[in-house]
Parts: sequence; structure tokens; C-alpha cells
Amino acid sequence: MAEPERPRTDRSPWNWLLLVPIVVPLLTFLYNHDEPRLAGFPLFYWLQLAFILLGVGTTTLVYQMTKRGRS
Amino acid sequence: MSDHITEIVIFTVLFLLVSGMGFVASRWRAPQDMAHLDEWGLGGRSFGGWITWFLVGGDLYTAYTFVAVPALIFGAGAAGFFAVPYTVIIYPLFFLILIRLWSVSHRHGFVTPADFVRTRFGSPTLALVVAITGIVATMPYIALQLIGIEAVLKTMGVTGDSALARHLPIIIAFAILAAYTYQSGLRAPALIAFVKDTLIYIVILVAVLWLPYKLGGWNAIFDAADAKFQASPAPNDGILLNANNQVQYFTLALGSALALFLYPHSITGVLASRNRDVIKRNMSALPAYSLLLGLIALLGYMAVAAGVKPLPGAKPGSVDSNTVVPILFDQQFPAWFTGIAFAAIGIGALVPAAIMSIAAANLFTRNIYKEYLRKDATHAQEANVAKITSLVVKIGAVACIVFLDPQFSIDLQLIGGVIILQTAPAVVLGLYTRWLHRGALVAGWAAGMALGFWMLWQIPNAATGRKHFGGSAFPLSEFGFDSTRTIYVGFVAVLVNALVAVLVTLALRAAKVAEGVDGTVPGDYLADEGDPRIERERAGTIDNISST
Repeated sequence: MAEPERPRTDRSPWNWLLLVPIVVPLLTFLYNHDEPRLAGFPLFYWLQLAFILLGVGTTTLVYQMTKRGRS
Repeated sequence: MSDHITEIVIFTVLFLLVSGMGFVASRWRAPQDMAHLDEWGLGGRSFGGWITWFLVGGDLYTAYTFVAVPALIFGAGAAGFFAVPYTVIIYPLFFLILIRLWSVSHRHGFVTPADFVRTRFGSPTLALVVAITGIVATMPYIALQLIGIEAVLKTMGVTGDSALARHLPIIIAFAILAAYTYQSGLRAPALIAFVKDTLIYIVILVAVLWLPYKLGGWNAIFDAADAKFQASPAPNDGILLNANNQVQYFTLALGSALALFLYPHSITGVLASRNRDVIKRNMSALPAYSLLLGLIALLGYMAVAAGVKPLPGAKPGSVDSNTVVPILFDQQFPAWFTGIAFAAIGIGALVPAAIMSIAAANLFTRNIYKEYLRKDATHAQEANVAKITSLVVKIGAVACIVFLDPQFSIDLQLIGGVIILQTAPAVVLGLYTRWLHRGALVAGWAAGMALGFWMLWQIPNAATGRKHFGGSAFPLSEFGFDSTRTIYVGFVAVLVNALVAVLVTLALRAAKVAEGVDGTVPGDYLADEGDPRIERERAGTIDNISST
């Protein structure tokens, strides 16, 4: 390429954190139980709904930590 | 019919209001020149965080999802809850992938995933394969949106007995939809998505707070569901998974998550956003819809607890389980609120249907029309062809529902999820590496398609007595394993696809078969809004750019 470009990269060790909310919701043995119930919800349901927070928390953290100009 | 009059009036008023918005949308954030595929098909690539959130949310979480997932929970229990892990893992999974796709598409002006594949691998054939796969996978998805509307119309009793009377409301609704999509392009669903999602959020929040109170609390709801599944003879239902369907559960969640952002309509929504930041922030904000979907899924158990009986299906003796949520609302809420809920589902079908038809039209225009039929097509011609194609696609979807058994569309959508996954090696791996040979990617695709079809063909459905295409859960015993477990077809097919792609790459490379030219450079995958190369192109130095 002819023109000079600001060296950029998407690489960051923080990105590895994204694996957590990808892997954890797939581990059925973690949540395939009725007890303990939370507000009437069996574990199977409330824990999987809680994984949504895990996902949001992780992507938010990685986004904040890898913002351009920050590094 | 008369006892549903309030519902019908509210439904109709909201539907017409939204249709009006659809037509006005062509003037919303209007460009100088609408006769360009970037404007009609991608809304000018200018959507910010909020619009993208509503648009992509309205696009991924379709009316059919909102009707079919609780229906699945109603019928099978825990297995239907895969929708939650599925929609949790999508976002971390695609967090890094989508920004690369956005960047390279931004710099090269790609409108479809097939555009990218064509430039990356220098292969119009591979692009054609990706485009056709996308169109075939999208068509039944559009048809399913009609099933979502129909479930509501059926509950309101506005569908007659003859074939024409049964489908007339749908035909009218889709004619209106087709007209404003033709005129406003992607701006129409973007604007309507605001109304649709606001209605859905309100309706669902009220429902999940009010219904448990009325039905004796969440404990009672889950216990009622448990009692129902205990009493049923089916082996794999229940409020928890069993030893046989856990592998199916997580492979289905993972496979579906991989497939979702390969669908052309999802990519259309992503490419319409303004910059990389909008996409990244939405990866954190879109899971709000996953929570909504999880709560909607549980409406299936509330329907069990409320003793809902689904309406009869198209064939004598069958039941249409898609009607359980509409009936639940009809039984439990005052007519005016039910009317709003039904309108939310009805309008909810319009947003994804519009985006899907636009995405299919973009694929046809860019990767078939411009590639093979008219290489020198101008931007205005492209936009025009896309507009007409979007009409054809919608007529096709309506025809599928009117003339064929709706089950056919459901089967096709099941197949659609499996086949769209077969584009993953070319599109997703292609964003990271050009190691795979273009010929090998075509071979892998063919292998994955063939295996996927064969596996789906093998699966019977005991509940409906069908021998083929009975679901996506493939018994491992068919592969010779001594096991009663099942696995998601698409997952196996895409693994075989990738394996074949690797092996054939080694073979083709050893045989020194030409690899084609990569039209992209590493910097393309990192470009952002205000990219100097794009800016200069806009300033009119196009020749200079293409020679670099």
C-alpha cells in the first residue's frame, strides 16, 4: 500500500475473556438441576438467564479495555 | 368473531399506523440520491447505536421466534430453552468477527457476505455458492414470519374456512409491506422497529409480572409444567434435560449461534451501522433482547399452568401449537391489552420480513445479476433490480404459505439453519485467513450440504408420525455409536465441511492449482469510519485507489 496508515490492531489479551461467556452457557452439567430454586425458578432457568449478565459484563469489559487510543 | 372486535380494531389501527411510518421512512435521514444500493439496501450505512440496536434486535428476534419458542417450551419443556444460551453466546462469539467484516465491507463497498468472499478468494463461483445458500436459507424464514402473523389472526378469528379467506388478511398485510419496502428500503424496517420493540417490551414486562401473580406464582407454574411432562408418554420432555438430549442442547445452541450472523439479513443489519464502535457497543446491548426472549419462552409454561388448549392445525386431528401464546393472552388479559400484544407480534413479523427480503434482494443483485447478467450495471440499475427482487421474494413467501403445507416452510427453515452454517468456513474463517483454497471451500461446502441433507432426511418425528425432516436432533447410534444421545445436524455437517476444506486445500496446493488473487490487504480489516481511503474515493480519486 502506498499511503502511510496508523498501525492498528484488534489484538489484545483482553479478547481471551470472551471465551468465558461462550463456553460457560454450553456446560449443561452446571445448570441442569431443579434445586436450588430462586423466586420459584428452578436452577436450570435462573442460572441460564443469569448468563445473559455474564455475557453483557464480559463484552462491556472487553470493549472498554480495548477502545482505540487507550491501549 | 364479535367477541374479538376490540382486539381486531386495536390490531388494525396499530398496523395501519406502522404502515404509514413505513412509507414516510423514505424521507427519514434521506440522501441526495436514493438510486444507489447503499441507500436502499443498507440505509446509507449510517445507522448509529440506537437505530442499530432496534434494527438488529428486531431483525434477529423475529415474530416467529416469539411464537415458536414458547410453543416449543409448551410442548417439550427444557429442550426449548436452548434459545437462551444460544442468544447469550452469539455476541461474545461474533464480537471480533463482525467488526472485521464491517471494516472490509466498508472499505470495499461490499453489500453482502458473498461480495466479500468474491474479492477475498477471487472466486465468483464461491461467491455464487454463498449467495444461493443465503437466498435459499432466507426464503423459508420470510415465510415463517407469516406463520407468526397467522397464529395471531387465527386466535382473533379473522381467518375464514376456505383457502382464500384464510389467507386474505396475510396477503393484504404482505402487499402493504412489499409496497413500503419497495419505496423506502432498509429505512422502513429501521423506523418501524422502534414501535415494534417498544410494544413488545411493554407487553412482555406486563405479562411476566401479571401472569405469575394470577397463576399462583412461579413455583406453581413450574410445578404445573413438571406435572404435565411427568404424565406425558414422550421420553425427552420435562422441565430439565435428560442424559439423551444434553449434547443436542449445547450443540444446537452453538450451531444456531454460529449460523445466526451468517444469515444475510443479520449481516445487512450489521453493515448498515455507522462504525465499528456501534457494533461493539451493540454486542453488549443486544442481549437485552435475549432476556426478553427467555421471559417469552417461559410464557409456554404459563400456558401450561393456565390450561391453554392450542387451536386445531391445518390438518384434521393436528394442533397448531403456535397458537398457545396468543390464546394465553386472549384468556388472561382484557381485550384492549390483548389487541396491543397481537399487534406487537404482527408488526414484529414485518420488521424481519422486510430486512430478509432486502437481504435476499441484495444477494441476487450483487452476486447474480451484476456478476452474471449485466456486468456493467450502474448503481441506479442495481437499486432498481434489488427493489423488484424484494417484491418477487415476498410474493414467493406468500405463495409458500398459501399453496403449500405450512409444515413445508418449517422444514425448510430447519434445513436453512443447517445450510447457512455451511458458509461459515468461507465467510468466518475467510475473515481471518486465506489459507483455505477457494476450490477446497466449494468442496467443503458441498460435503457439508450433502451430509446435512442426508442426516435431516434420516430423522423421524414420532410425535407427528413423519419419517423424514422430523427435527434437527440426530441420533448418534446412526453413526454406529453405542449411545442413545442426539446431536445437532448442522454442527456435525460444518465440522465435516471444515475438515474436507482443509484436506482438499492440501491436495490442491500439492497439485499447484491456481489460488486466485486476494483483493484485500490486512489493513482493510481494521478500517473505521472516516477511513482516509474511503474519503479520498468520495472526493473523486477512484482511479488512484484501485491502482494501489
